[in-house]
Amino acid sequence: MSDATAMKERQPLLVVKDLKQHFPIDAGLVFKKQVGAIRAVDGISFSVNAGETLGIVGESGCGKSTSIRSIAQLYKPTSGSIVFNGTELTTASEKDLLLARRDIQMIFQDPYASLDPRMTVRSIISEPLVIYNKRGLLDKPMSAIDIETRVEELMERVGLNKAFKNRYPHEFSGGQRQRIGIARALALSPKIILADEPVSALDVSIQAQILNLLTDLQKEMGLTYLFIAHDLAVIEYISTRVAVMYLGKIVELSKAEDLYMKPMHPYTRALLSAAPIPDPKVERTRQRIILSGDVPSPDKERTGCYFYDRCPNKMPWCSCHIPPMFKISEGHECACWLYDSTDHAGQSMEEAEADALASLRAKETAGSDIGAERK
Amino acid sequence: MNKNKTMPAAAHTENSTDTALLDVKDLKTYFLTDAGIVKAVDGVSFTLHEGETLGLVGESGSGKSVTNLSIMRLIPSPPGKIVGGEIVFEGQDILKLPEKELRKIRGNKVSMIFQDPMTSLNPFLKISTQMVETIMLHNKDVSKKEALERSIEMLKLVGIPSAEKRIFSYPHQFSGGMRQRVMIAMALSCNAKVLIADEPTTALDVTIQAQILELIKDLSVKLKTAVIIITHDLGVVAGMCDKVCVMYAGRIVEKADTDDLYASPSHPYTEGLIMSVPRMDVAHKNDRLFSIEGQPPNVIDLPPCCPFHPRCHKDMEVCRHAYPPTVGVGSGHEVSCWLYVDEAQRNLALEKALADEQHAAADAVQTNARKEAAK
Repeated sequence: MSDATAMKERQPLLVVKDLKQHFPIDAGLVFKKQVGAIRAVDGISFSVNAGETLGIVGESGCGKSTSIRSIAQLYKPTSGSIVFNGTELTTASEKDLLLARRDIQMIFQDPYASLDPRMTVRSIISEPLVIYNKRGLLDKPMSAIDIETRVEELMERVGLNKAFKNRYPHEFSGGQRQRIGIARALALSPKIILADEPVSALDVSIQAQILNLLTDLQKEMGLTYLFIAHDLAVIEYISTRVAVMYLGKIVELSKAEDLYMKPMHPYTRALLSAAPIPDPKVERTRQRIILSGDVPSPDKERTGCYFYDRCPNKMPWCSCHIPPMFKISEGHECACWLYDSTDHAGQSMEEAEADALASLRAKETAGSDIGAERK
Repeated sequence: MNKNKTMPAAAHTENSTDTALLDVKDLKTYFLTDAGIVKAVDGVSFTLHEGETLGLVGESGSGKSVTNLSIMRLIPSPPGKIVGGEIVFEGQDILKLPEKELRKIRGNKVSMIFQDPMTSLNPFLKISTQMVETIMLHNKDVSKKEALERSIEMLKLVGIPSAEKRIFSYPHQFSGGMRQRVMIAMALSCNAKVLIADEPTTALDVTIQAQILELIKDLSVKLKTAVIIITHDLGVVAGMCDKVCVMYAGRIVEKADTDDLYASPSHPYTEGLIMSVPRMDVAHKNDRLFSIEGQPPNVIDLPPCCPFHPRCHKDMEVCRHAYPPTVGVGSGHEVSCWLYVDEAQRNLALEKALADEQHAAADAVQTNARKEAAK
């Protein structure tokens, strides 16, 4: 991290608290009735400090992309709070939201689908500027010439020849298109960039170019990244801190080095051991934890650990108690009962269920309606 | 699981006989398009022995898939055409066989699994129908009942729980990983000698990928199937393959034993490729990734030079004018690069190439002049 970013105040730029994003499942032809919900994101909390990169890693369907779309308010979150730079996004007015979004930009996975094929590179990159200029939301209004120079400047910065500004996306290769996407995201000089698998559609040699570009831009402009990928090596390379997601929950959150040196959650361990390493000698000697089965469907509410079905270290206790985030060390948290101060390994299924029932009753009498929902 | 860890490299060399099971010699597959001739595969040679696992690595467009479609003779023609070379399988040249004979080999002795298991299974037919069809087509004397029994046996072998019931399901009732297992079961149901796996795990998650790779490795030992794995993931190759061919712009640029290739990559492209992948097992501490600059070349009407020279960090004068010969740099380690040719020969080749170019230019001038005169 460069000095410029380290100088910035340590106050978190983005704070997400207990964010839930459920998608309703409807049944019935005429009278639509909600019969259930896909719990894509089921209560995640984290914060992102200015100038750092928070990597989110997980398998497909674990809610990585949904989380950042909820953060950008592309979906209306079911519950929870998202505070960006002091603004609560979930309840913000349209005007406030527009202002906040000037500082939040996105880069998408598929550089073929994320660029309008009928727009020239110039109009793609200048679109955010034109819109914000028209509404008078820029710090100072820009003339057409100002916008033109800004576009050229951006194109050069991301490594595109500015002579290509009148070309259409189909004339570019995948890596170049991703550069166009990055230039568009940089147009409004945002504070944070939400990057949704920006390199997974690219070839290995191009992937390295884009990763280098992103790190250079961060150093230069003090950008903050929320970076999603399913490739663990990419996440390790780019991230300051990493959150591991499973089935809509964060199971482990830690500094990047800690996570890769000392993975605590059984899922993180399995994930790290499953990722192939490009070295035959290492591949031969290392122990692999092969998880059985597939990721379960996120359509039902769970009362126990979300990873219970596939966990190699499961205990009866885990089946009926949702683990909170336990603090392992400074800045390293893990949602697993193995790290609770009391040892649950000896408890039988009956004991665990009795305990779960007792705490449920206690909550019921306290006036909460969780019991009703569980039925 | 630990048993599988006995590295295929050692186990396989003992099994492999001296005669090659599959011998591809100077294969050339061109596509005749309006824009020009696309030399998708231009002189590819490799051999595959019984029980061996061969990796074909390269970026998109390097001709990996076309090579293997050519082996199966599945190139759509027109526009594609296999214009030269030999593919000798068990002493027969596949390219010279009539379609009827070919069908006895394709899907029977040489089988293929594809990247996307959803699009390669028929969504309208039950798994049982699809598997029984395959078996009965290739073994005329098998009854339907026997074929069904064999299918169930295969599904059990690839680890599908309660195979007796699951065989009557439709493809959509399986998850991605399970579908890929069904594909593998189907591909191996006729005792295939060669299994071609075209990016078998690219569409799958890391933990599922580990399961499937482990399965392929396991089966290749158990059934003595030779496997060709096409992939862009250097990690997959490191863990799976005995030998690796690196492809670039339709040609094999380097061929070596896996250990040898990773320990001493000789071609600048291989070197760059290995260095440009972020690795999570080595501390990097803010290093920049090595990146191969530029884009892969357009393979339409490639000039007779090393196609990698514009991106190469070690390029010389001769690289811009002539394609390098293939040189051995160790036991079974071959590389196509001018760096490994001695200087006298290099200069000779350069002179010859320059002279040829001058001739060609002079010819062009003459023909132009003649045309002018004719007018």
